Amino acid sequence: MDLTTIWAFIIAFAVFAYVVMDGFDLGIGILFPAFPVGQGRNRAMNSVAPVWDGNETWLVLGGGGLMAAFPLAYAVILPATYPLIIAMLLGLIFRGVAFEFRWRDPAHRPFWDFSFCAGSFVAAMAQGMTLGALLQGISVEDRSYAGSWFDWLTPYTLLTGLGVVAGYALLGACWLIWKLEGDVQRRAYRLATFAAIATLVLMAGVSLYNLALLDQYRERWLDMPNILFASQVPLLTAIIAFLLFYGLKRRWELAPFLLSLGLFLLGMAGLGVTMWPYVVPDTLTIWDTAAPQSSQIFMLIGVAITLPLILAYTGWAYWVFRGKVGAEGYH
Amino acid sequence: MFDGADALLLARLQFAFTVSFHFIFPAFSIGLASYLAVLEGLWLKTGKQLYLDLFRYWVKIFAITVAMGVVSGIVMSYQFGTNWSVFSDRAGPVIGPLMAYEVLTAFFLEAGFLGVMLFGMNRVGKKLHFAATCMVAVGTAVSAFWILSVNSWMQTPTGHVLADNGQFVPGDSWWDIVFNPSFPFRLVHTVIAAYLTTAFVVGGVGAWHLLRDRTNAHARKMFSMAMWMAALVAPVQIFAGDMHGLNTLEHQPAKVMAMEGHFDSYPEGAPLILFGIPNQAEKRVDYAVEIPGLSSLILAHEWGAALPGLDTIPDDEEPPVGVVFWSFRIMVAIGFLMLGLGLWSLIARWRGTLYDWPALHRAALIMAPSGFVAVIAGWVTTEVGRQPWTIYGLMRTAESASPLDAPAVGASLLAFIVVYFAVFGVGTWYILRLMNKTPHAGETPVEDAPIRTAGITPGPTQNPGGGRRLPEGGDERGEEG
Repeated sequence: MDLTTIWAFIIAFAVFAYVVMDGFDLGIGILFPAFPVGQGRNRAMNSVAPVWDGNETWLVLGGGGLMAAFPLAYAVILPATYPLIIAMLLGLIFRGVAFEFRWRDPAHRPFWDFSFCAGSFVAAMAQGMTLGALLQGISVEDRSYAGSWFDWLTPYTLLTGLGVVAGYALLGACWLIWKLEGDVQRRAYRLATFAAIATLVLMAGVSLYNLALLDQYRERWLDMPNILFASQVPLLTAIIAFLLFYGLKRRWELAPFLLSLGLFLLGMAGLGVTMWPYVVPDTLTIWDTAAPQSSQIFMLIGVAITLPLILAYTGWAYWVFRGKVGAEGYH
Repeated sequence: MFDGADALLLARLQFAFTVSFHFIFPAFSIGLASYLAVLEGLWLKTGKQLYLDLFRYWVKIFAITVAMGVVSGIVMSYQFGTNWSVFSDRAGPVIGPLMAYEVLTAFFLEAGFLGVMLFGMNRVGKKLHFAATCMVAVGTAVSAFWILSVNSWMQTPTGHVLADNGQFVPGDSWWDIVFNPSFPFRLVHTVIAAYLTTAFVVGGVGAWHLLRDRTNAHARKMFSMAMWMAALVAPVQIFAGDMHGLNTLEHQPAKVMAMEGHFDSYPEGAPLILFGIPNQAEKRVDYAVEIPGLSSLILAHEWGAALPGLDTIPDDEEPPVGVVFWSFRIMVAIGFLMLGLGLWSLIARWRGTLYDWPALHRAALIMAPSGFVAVIAGWVTTEVGRQPWTIYGLMRTAESASPLDAPAVGASLLAFIVVYFAVFGVGTWYILRLMNKTPHAGETPVEDAPIRTAGITPGPTQNPGGGRRLPEGGDERGEEG
């Protein structure tokens, strides 16, 4: 495995870590209006207040890492999805400050609740549409984006955007099932069921659309012998989906969250099958865009040393705040 | 209706706006994180409740500052790609890894321990909590290290080679890139600036409460600590700034010429222009008030030393003189005012009237935001002063921008301006409101204000009794919705 491949996996890991970790934060934001004003909302937000900042840092690693390891990809993708990126950043501003502001200003709490929800929704939608814009292909000339302003806005990108919103909502609901109790938890079970249905429908829709999008995608999925391996992804998805619905019905607490993480992992695997080895399908491969070897090695040393530490103290922070949120209020 | 130049100008305005706004938060949080670590350390060492009260008072302000710093910082990490894609592609192999190191060694550290610092005191115990506070402080400082290394490399690029595809790629040694010639000076000058900025905010808040009640022990302590910082660190900063200036003279002489307003060369000693109105079209400073020979003495340490001026620089490589000239003077003037206040506080201390001299307190109150102004002015000086280059002498700003049309950049600029002023304006208002609250004994912890009360159930091992662990008076507030 060469350095460029290693780096592709590191970036993919950072993106995945971001998607699942900030995914449940954003999902809670998306579902926020579904929880009752007062205790319900307070606890939902409290369940992620100590960790959201660390979760969001993976987005900086994804973006910064992309610039460092695949500078040309960074320089092409961001201008191509310009309005989406700006919308995501602004959404994240409203979402992030709401964590502090809503506690500081009870008189305007409804406004910051709205800001929390709308910011989360816009960020999730923009991220999903960015993925769609990438998958449907980006026109590149002379190391630069060469498309027009609204290439990113198509029925397909709207579909991927909604898919990510639904997926985040699923993660958020399952997280709340795990971290809350009583009435709010019951509500989270109901929301998780709806979100799971929406996620699976949209996942299937995007997958089928992909087959029609580019011939190369079809070949990667359906030609022999690829289909033997690739078909495992939808099969596993079906199994996990079944377990997820079963678990939600049986009121399992932790399993739904882990199973929805599994769904995202499979989504990521499917994405790998679809895109590999391109970073801008089907124009630029990871090797076309990779930084020189000395940059890759220099950073790899840093990653090898710091990533285990980061995972360790992040894990510790989660451990410190383990257990149910606000249980004392109920007994 | 727009042409390329407009898109470029709008992209520059956007970067200037977002980075200047962002800079305010870390300039404060770098210093405040260290101050909080000192306060908590003193509390652990002495056991005095006063230090814990001060810690809790400032940590609430810190929480809001960090939230705004984080969200405005994420914008920066994507600005390079959205608005400066050509620069990102060409410089990515050199500066990208430094920024990746910033994320890996600083941002994660800061964010990872922040939760424990804000909400974890009852769950991890005092010592581990102090360790978390220190980690956050270290994280903020390490982040300054890497991002200033990036900025310094763009100002004084070394250690790279130019590849066939137009990219700047690392040469033999990363050391040469990270520790480029202007980096040590810029790092010291900027980090001290962050500490001074915080000291003046803390001092201003202390002064505000002393003006209301000069017996308030908490206000006294914060005012005293801040004035020590001002008295001891302001002179160091002026010295560090001078060293940084001499380094700039060596590597970016055109920037110093603009700072000095030296349109002409002075073979027989250059005057120090105190004030005047730079007139770039006519290449002279109108209405100049100057001290003959002093500039040569400051810059070359010799009266009558020859100093070249902007007439030795091609017109298309000159920075805009007016902006640099004025921002530099604002920064220097504030630096000396800070020194003055520090000296005044020493006199007051010597006379035993540090807490009983309303004029001093009023001056400290007026100076409270001065650090922010100085930091932004310094930033403008160094960034406008290196124009027209993004990578000094090698890549022009005009060659760096993304292939975007003006309306797209203009619309996003407008969105940033509206959102930043609204959101961060409100955040600043919340901070001012917290600062207006009188610091007192028995200050509530951050998780307990009207706040997160329902909190999080303490983990079983830390809480063998299983009971509620909310500190003094912390019963179920915040459930009011």
